[in-house]
Amino acid sequence: MAVDTVLWSKWLTGLTLAFHAIFATVGVGVPLMIAIAEFIGIRKKDPHYTLMAKRWTRGFIISVAVGVVTGTAIALQLSLVWPNFMQLAGNVIALPLFMEVFAFFFEAIFLGIYMYTWDRFRNPYIHWLLTIPIVAGASMSAFFITTVNGFMNQPEGFTFENGHFTAVNPLQAMFNAATASKVFHVLSSAYLTGAALLAGIAAFTMLRKGVSAYYTKALKLMMGVVLLFGLLNTLAGDVSAKFLAEHQPEKLAAAEWHFETESGADLIFLGWLNAEQQIVGAIHIPKALSFLAFGDFNAEVTGLEEFPLDERPPLLVHYLFDFMAGIGFAILGVALLYFLFLLWKKRNELNKWMLRAIALTAPLAFLGVEMGWLYAEIGRQPWIVRGYMRVEEAATSSPSVRTLFFVFLLLYVVLGMMCAIILRRLFRNKPADEELEKLMKEKQAQAIEVGESV
Amino acid sequence: MISYELIGISVLWLFLYGYLIVASIDFGAGFFAFYARLTKQDHLINRLISRYLSPVWEITNVFLVFFFVGIVGFFPDTAYYYGSALLVPGSIAIILLAIRGSFYAFENYGSKDNIVYLFLYGASGLLIPASLSVALTLSEGGFIIVNGESVFLDYMALFTSPLSWMIVILAIVSVLFISGTFLAFYASRAEDAPALRLMRKFALFWSTPTIIAALTAFIYLSQHNERHYQNMMDLWWLLALSVSFFMLAMWLLYKGRRYGLAFISVMLQFFCAFFAYGIGHYPYILDPYISIQSGATHESMGVALIAAFIGGLCLLIPSIILVFKLFLFNVDYVKGKK
Repeated sequence: MAVDTVLWSKWLTGLTLAFHAIFATVGVGVPLMIAIAEFIGIRKKDPHYTLMAKRWTRGFIISVAVGVVTGTAIALQLSLVWPNFMQLAGNVIALPLFMEVFAFFFEAIFLGIYMYTWDRFRNPYIHWLLTIPIVAGASMSAFFITTVNGFMNQPEGFTFENGHFTAVNPLQAMFNAATASKVFHVLSSAYLTGAALLAGIAAFTMLRKGVSAYYTKALKLMMGVVLLFGLLNTLAGDVSAKFLAEHQPEKLAAAEWHFETESGADLIFLGWLNAEQQIVGAIHIPKALSFLAFGDFNAEVTGLEEFPLDERPPLLVHYLFDFMAGIGFAILGVALLYFLFLLWKKRNELNKWMLRAIALTAPLAFLGVEMGWLYAEIGRQPWIVRGYMRVEEAATSSPSVRTLFFVFLLLYVVLGMMCAIILRRLFRNKPADEELEKLMKEKQAQAIEVGESV
Repeated sequence: MISYELIGISVLWLFLYGYLIVASIDFGAGFFAFYARLTKQDHLINRLISRYLSPVWEITNVFLVFFFVGIVGFFPDTAYYYGSALLVPGSIAIILLAIRGSFYAFENYGSKDNIVYLFLYGASGLLIPASLSVALTLSEGGFIIVNGESVFLDYMALFTSPLSWMIVILAIVSVLFISGTFLAFYASRAEDAPALRLMRKFALFWSTPTIIAALTAFIYLSQHNERHYQNMMDLWWLLALSVSFFMLAMWLLYKGRRYGLAFISVMLQFFCAFFAYGIGHYPYILDPYISIQSGATHESMGVALIAAFIGGLCLLIPSIILVFKLFLFNVDYVKGKK
């Protein structure tokens, strides 16, 4: 009975977070793309880019709405579903949670202003300046929340006495050992995903409606961002792996099915475990795990055997890790290929297969984010605060969570579907080129009006 | 030197008051928009309402999140007691907030004129205050069962208590009264005479139920929590001020002038009553399990939170002033010229 409640608590929180992660990633990633597009539009005096910023904002605001409400949901659920966790850890992690709300508040205010002031300033750069607090607010939100997750993995900044945290140092808890690598990875992957989403949409539209100037420009711009953050994200992944090897070796060992401590350890890709817990059908890359973990092909990597059975993460995380990393490299590969074709004049970078591959990177990027997040959470099991509190000690005792899981599932299905329908309706009958023509006409009419009044 | 936990609870209470006002305007506006559509008067006010709500809708929600993230931060024991007991009512509130927020965006940015969205938007606006008010009822004590390590909500006691129902009614009618007064003021700024007439009628209509519900809830409180009632009676002057502001607002609304002052009076009416209630509650956050002193977080965290709060306000207040200048108090925008 009690175990059942814990299980459903995990599922309910996992469900909310999995759904929220999609919109949170859009919320962190896309504002930067809007800012870039608007800036280039002003700089080059090219209305295509200005239109990009406008259209992206219009779609973005719908996803923000869902992001806000699911964010509210998870903030409340932290206390409702994990009351014991918040009672204990609230003493240490309240600061970043509190500041996250500020950061979001800041972003929301400027987003409201941004949306309703497109034509209110004489100098277009003033309107562009409004994107800075939006991008900063969104990224700071991600930063603060990620520090909380960092704390759950690397609790610091307190002393533990009689089951309570005392002598709390909130800043030390925020800037724990895990924070730097986690924030780097979260931000780089969010920007990567935001760009991949917009590049994917451009590619998808060109596949269906043929090549156009607007989408070609959008694709090229976003693929540039994908390439940049694809590289940075790979670096972030590497930094994260090295962090895990040093501070949380059981998490890396579980992800790599690395059971015995050894030097010159192989990196194992995919495969499965037979009844004797032996790895079958996997791709072994000799000594690569040692390199990933320590930057040295002969370094010693701690194996799972050194941890007590009831403190080992589930071995399932191997697949999560492999898919996450695989997707990261695949997207980077697509971006490299695109630019290779673009620079190598004989090839058409807008050929069908290239566009299909790019269109595919959009859902893949989100899948990668979900896998990475699941790996971060499941890889920490059985702990909710590593070394101090187990997940089963933290959950609510109310059996209603099971019913609530299905109620929330229904809610998210409805919200997700509505969001998709609304977004489709918003753009289906409004092709970019038509909108551009209308925009140009309005501008001309305005110019004539101004000319007459002078 | 005032203690950090007292600063904490005062600031949080101020935020809850802020939420009470901005959320009431928002919730009531949703209801009025739906009602106006049903009675075919929507051409009069819905444009006005959407001009006000469009730039501010996300901001409202944040006040609430602020309050509960803050209270869990300052007083982590609240997470344990309220969190355990409110799993179901809290989840209902989340679902309603989710429906409301997203459907507002869908209706506003996506498809215009969908009566179903508008219904969900309007109805959720009245149900959310009702479900949130359960937390206030709970704080009076007597609705929680503590069984060893587990905390449960006593639904039987809650649903059969006249106090809890009266608080629900008070929450709903207050929402409509506050919102009606604000929208009357907003219409008068926009110099929109038909909308003003309608909103003034709404405001006047909901004023009497508000004061009756408040007095009735107060009487039930005296039967449920004698200590709280006595503390509030000691603050009789705050309650008297509250009633005076109510009378002033009524008079102005009735005479049909100075709508801005009328709205400020309503804000002050609720401010006095809300703080009389809050100060009377002292020292308990949850009678008798959590008091301000017993439930407070460590001093270092309390101080850090206050510092973060001050820093945050330095960022937010100028931004909010900017919003007000650009939208709420920009006459051209209010009139729909921009």
